[in-house]
Amino acid sequence: MSITLNDVRKDYDSQTAVLKNVSAKIETGEFFVIVGPSGCGKSTLLRMIAGLTPITAGEIKIDDTVVNDLPPKARKLTMVFQNYALFPFLSVWDNVAFGLKARKLATDDINARVKEALKMVNLTKLAKRKPRELSGGQRQRVALARAVASDAKICLMDEPLSNLDAQLRIKMRQEIYALQRKLGLTLIYVTHDQVEAMTMADHIMVLNDRHVQQIGTPSDIYQNPRNAFVAKFFGTPQINILPAKRSEENSHIVNVSSDLQIVLDEEAPSANLQIGIRPDDMQVKRADGVESNAVVKNTEFLGDETIVYATLNSGSDIHVVLPGKADFRSYEPIRVTANANLMFFDPDGKRIDLSKEAYVHA
Amino acid sequence: MDVVAKPKFGKNFGSYVLLTILALIVLAPFFIGLWTSFLPTMQIAKGNFLSTDLSFQNYIDAFTQTPILHYLGNSLVISTVTMFAQLLFCSMSAYAFVFLDFKYKRALFVLVLATMMLPFEAEIIPNFSTVKAMGLLNSYSALVVPFLTSAFGIFMLRQSFKQMPVELKEAADIEGLGHLQFYWKIVMPYNRIPLITLGAYSFLGAWNQYLWPMLTTFSNAYRPVQNGLRQLQSEETFNDWGMIQATAAIVVIPTLVVLFVGQHYFKSGANEGAVK
Repeated sequence: MSITLNDVRKDYDSQTAVLKNVSAKIETGEFFVIVGPSGCGKSTLLRMIAGLTPITAGEIKIDDTVVNDLPPKARKLTMVFQNYALFPFLSVWDNVAFGLKARKLATDDINARVKEALKMVNLTKLAKRKPRELSGGQRQRVALARAVASDAKICLMDEPLSNLDAQLRIKMRQEIYALQRKLGLTLIYVTHDQVEAMTMADHIMVLNDRHVQQIGTPSDIYQNPRNAFVAKFFGTPQINILPAKRSEENSHIVNVSSDLQIVLDEEAPSANLQIGIRPDDMQVKRADGVESNAVVKNTEFLGDETIVYATLNSGSDIHVVLPGKADFRSYEPIRVTANANLMFFDPDGKRIDLSKEAYVHA
Repeated sequence: MDVVAKPKFGKNFGSYVLLTILALIVLAPFFIGLWTSFLPTMQIAKGNFLSTDLSFQNYIDAFTQTPILHYLGNSLVISTVTMFAQLLFCSMSAYAFVFLDFKYKRALFVLVLATMMLPFEAEIIPNFSTVKAMGLLNSYSALVVPFLTSAFGIFMLRQSFKQMPVELKEAADIEGLGHLQFYWKIVMPYNRIPLITLGAYSFLGAWNQYLWPMLTTFSNAYRPVQNGLRQLQSEETFNDWGMIQATAAIVVIPTLVVLFVGQHYFKSGANEGAVK
């Protein structure tokens, strides 16, 4: 079942818009992730698709049927909540069977479905337990089993993993992904975690500041962010965004203060720019006196790589990821260079596409 | 590792002594009453409270010579009906105040709360006129109808319904549960602890009523126990104190049963696991 959002809008208090101009097409069987910082309206959007929250304007279609005014049940979907929403007075089995009973399926059918769903999430042995007798991960699996048992082909998940610890989150991430593929679900998944978005999604929608910032595949979004917000949101550590100015003498040259100089093959598009450089596209070497353009603040050794935090002479903070172990002391003068994968943004953060390769010189 | 300090007995000794004395003072009338219920009335009349002539004779007399069983039956009917009526009507009103949207919801709720501010004594005369006009005097209805619902119950249940996680309602919406199904299948079982509390409270409230039944019942056919107990005292020319005490002890038993059964459910954490 595919879902189409056409210019969807949500206002509260008739004045304040929470979401504007949201349009997207979610294909059948797709893993679609809505990602954004807290308060960006991503849960609201999910609830509007579910029919729990009415939309102010626009159109939501499921398989070519406009569902704007259909109640949640008629939209034939399931939902997994951040805090699971299990019924504490029912056993695991009855929790999973609850929705099926509410839809008045035949008893045999219910039993078969619940059994299958519990088997799929490895909870068969715990079927008789109450939710309070389960661990966080197991409760999460019960919530998943409810979605699995349903015959609805659309599943909505609202930050389902944010209450789990880091290890379990990775495990459940893989389980959810495997389930989605196995059942052919059209899955809409809301999260604030860019790693979850990158690892699971077929397509990602980035929401911020009431607007859709970008929709694309994970690699597209990482490599071709449409604006500085998207560039900053994906990738750890964050991309370095540095203010830059076009040189007055030569319009092919862009300067980040006096620290970095970029020579372009074409004219710089505007006088003021922002330059984005991924931390692993930069190099650092020891330098002294006039050679140096930055000073080390501190370093973090992570085993396979080292993050160097430094301050450019002009005052901008940067971080650089170096492979392996790198020894730099605090306050050590260094020389930072970069030579590939530069991104250019205008002062408002909008991406500027340059047709040709650019090079950087310190 | 945390080292949990054991409470020092010596340090708390004074508190224990004080608490023990206070507990004895509070419980003394109860124990004296229970003790005298086993003594023959002759011994009580003589003031011989330390007699060892204990027997169940008073209890046998209470059951055979007085309408106590009938009183108990009356009270049981009245209290049970009041309890179930309050559970049903209070929970339904509370549900409406929490989950339904209607005009003047707030104003109506304030009005309900306002009735809590009135002492029952102030409502007695209008209630009496109403019950009388309805021709219900000296019947079970007179004892039940004014207490079919209670502002306190509505208030209490509304508070606990409000604390239910929103996601449970959303999950129910997605499964397509209507209001009645959501109320019956989710809200009621989820809130069984407050419901049991309210049930115990309204049962005991009805059981221990005195003033209202005294005004509205005139015959043993409908008289509840508390008034019956009073009746025993004045009906006899010679007060059979031993038997009256025995009856009083019998009357207290349901109260204790309700408390002990109730206590079993007041364990914390029964709703853990709904949401994290």
